[in-house]
Amino acid sequence: MPTQDPILNINDVRFRWPGRATFSLSVPQFTIAPRETVLLLGESGSGKSTLLSLICGTMLADEGEVSVAGRNLSQLSGGQRDRFRAEQIGVIFQQFNLLPFGTVVDNILLPLRFAPTRRNSIPNPRAEAARLCKALGLPSSLLSARASNLSVGQQQRVAVARALIGAPPLIIADEPTSSLDAGSQANFLDLMFDQVAANGASLMMVSHDPRLADRFDRVIDMKDIAQAEREIA
Amino acid sequence: MILRLSLASLMARALTVGMTILAIALSVALFLGVEKVRTGAKASFADTISGTDLIVGARSGSVQLLLYSVFRIGNATNNVTWKSYQDIAARQDVEWIVPISLGDSHKQFRVMGTTAAFFEHYKYRQGRSLAVSDGVILSDLFDTVIGADVAKTLGYSVGDPIVVAHGLASFTEHKDQPFRVSGILEKTGTPVDRTVIVSLRAIEAIHVDWQSGAQRPGQATPADQIRQMELKPKAITAALVGVSSPLRTFSLQRAINEYSEEPLLAILPGVALQELWGIVGIAETALFAVSAMVVVTALIGMMATIFSSLNERRREMAIYRAMGARPTTILGLLVIEAMLMATIGAVLGMILLYLGLVVSQPLLDAAFGLWLPIELPSLREVWVLLCVILASAIVSIIPALRAYQLSLADGMMVKT
Repeated sequence: MPTQDPILNINDVRFRWPGRATFSLSVPQFTIAPRETVLLLGESGSGKSTLLSLICGTMLADEGEVSVAGRNLSQLSGGQRDRFRAEQIGVIFQQFNLLPFGTVVDNILLPLRFAPTRRNSIPNPRAEAARLCKALGLPSSLLSARASNLSVGQQQRVAVARALIGAPPLIIADEPTSSLDAGSQANFLDLMFDQVAANGASLMMVSHDPRLADRFDRVIDMKDIAQAEREIA
Repeated sequence: MILRLSLASLMARALTVGMTILAIALSVALFLGVEKVRTGAKASFADTISGTDLIVGARSGSVQLLLYSVFRIGNATNNVTWKSYQDIAARQDVEWIVPISLGDSHKQFRVMGTTAAFFEHYKYRQGRSLAVSDGVILSDLFDTVIGADVAKTLGYSVGDPIVVAHGLASFTEHKDQPFRVSGILEKTGTPVDRTVIVSLRAIEAIHVDWQSGAQRPGQATPADQIRQMELKPKAITAALVGVSSPLRTFSLQRAINEYSEEPLLAILPGVALQELWGIVGIAETALFAVSAMVVVTALIGMMATIFSSLNERRREMAIYRAMGARPTTILGLLVIEAMLMATIGAVLGMILLYLGLVVSQPLLDAAFGLWLPIELPSLREVWVLLCVILASAIVSIIPALRAYQLSLADGMMVKT
């Protein structure tokens, strides 16, 4: 295991949905080391989405500390957190990852628009986008295609390229394979793992499918790190 | 890049966005068109007479006198006797005077009797004089000079005969005294274009065998015999007057208005025009307000379109947010979109306006004698377009704020 400072560190976090007394989440302790790949298993309703929002800084914990790459998110303003997310985290959704009206290149380069540091780390963003697409098995003819014309599998790979461009240290993937069939799942994960490793990034992938466990350095069940409470109003 | 994505996003919703843009374009075209007609009409009226200090006619209203003497709109209620005319002409203050006699017509055009002085002193559009494009100005008693529109509409050329009808829209014609076209005037954009000009003596000449508005039965007097006659007019309709010194204008006006032999009225054309604007001003303002409201309606329509698109676009906003866009960026994105739509709409409206002008220019000119110049957009029009774009930004802030709230609440996760 790497011995550097963790890329993600969660300590004594409590969160309650504002205006709603029915749902709260507490996470006593959770860390991810640099270059580590973690699979977070959890049933729907276990608070996975809320946890991801806390890590990405679109929501703030009521108590405790969420630190990404050594920065405590609660010490940043909303705008700073957005910028910080753009610089540090690559996000892959379950599906509908892309702006359907944009081209593949537009979609891949989009995060750089909000992350100047990440952008400046790449001398030629378009060439880098093309390189990532190639590495992820996308034909170069697709680069200027509209995202809405791509198959779901192709869209997910574009989403990976977008998350990886400019090499953010943390990649968060929210069930990226759930809309893929079994064959493409394996292929997709192979490609994603290769590129995450090539970038030296950490990967936190959320899934409800324990069969994927083999590929990861560490598998954690949501139940073991967090307590979600749904009170009956 | 954001601008390009905004455009792409708009293109993806081409139908609704297209309708919105079309509504804005039509409203802008209407607004600018109304403005164009308004200013064009004003300019066209103001350009019709220049260099004339006073217009003299029988006592009526100043606007009425202006309308019938210069614009050939409506009719004189009474005439000015030849004696009164000569009295005024003899005054020291009067530098020049041009009599006008109206009342006869040729086809749909009015016939105006006047003297050679008319061609010398009548000025339009900041002092331009009348000029013949073909032929010469009146030489014989039975010569006529016709306006450009008369020649064009009736297909007349120099040397063609003309028969003048008695009165307006009348079937009684002065067939016994046919005229000859001696000259065709250049286009002026004034009522002169639609006027058949004859000499004042000719007006008398064609009425030689007439009495009390009807032809005397019996043999018509031969033209040569008429040419020998004195043909002194008994009355004229109005007179254009030039004053020897501008300072004398008001004293002459007062003198004419107080003329004891006959109730007369002298008006300053500029003042009468102002009075006319005062009368049409309310209608003008109403027209302006209505067309402005049409623009506002189109913009509100755009706001509704943006509002209704928000729900289906929450996913799009969530993607932006996940990539690190701030909620204010989302707000800006929607405002930019609205401004893009308004800009395209405004430019399209401008194009529609010019297309409309190209099509309607000859029609308006023929039907109303209103010449709308096709020229580069004025500063005022550019301001109007900028205001429309600015207003679109303001209007779009309402749905954009809603999007801001939604994206703040949704974050990167959209619960569907």
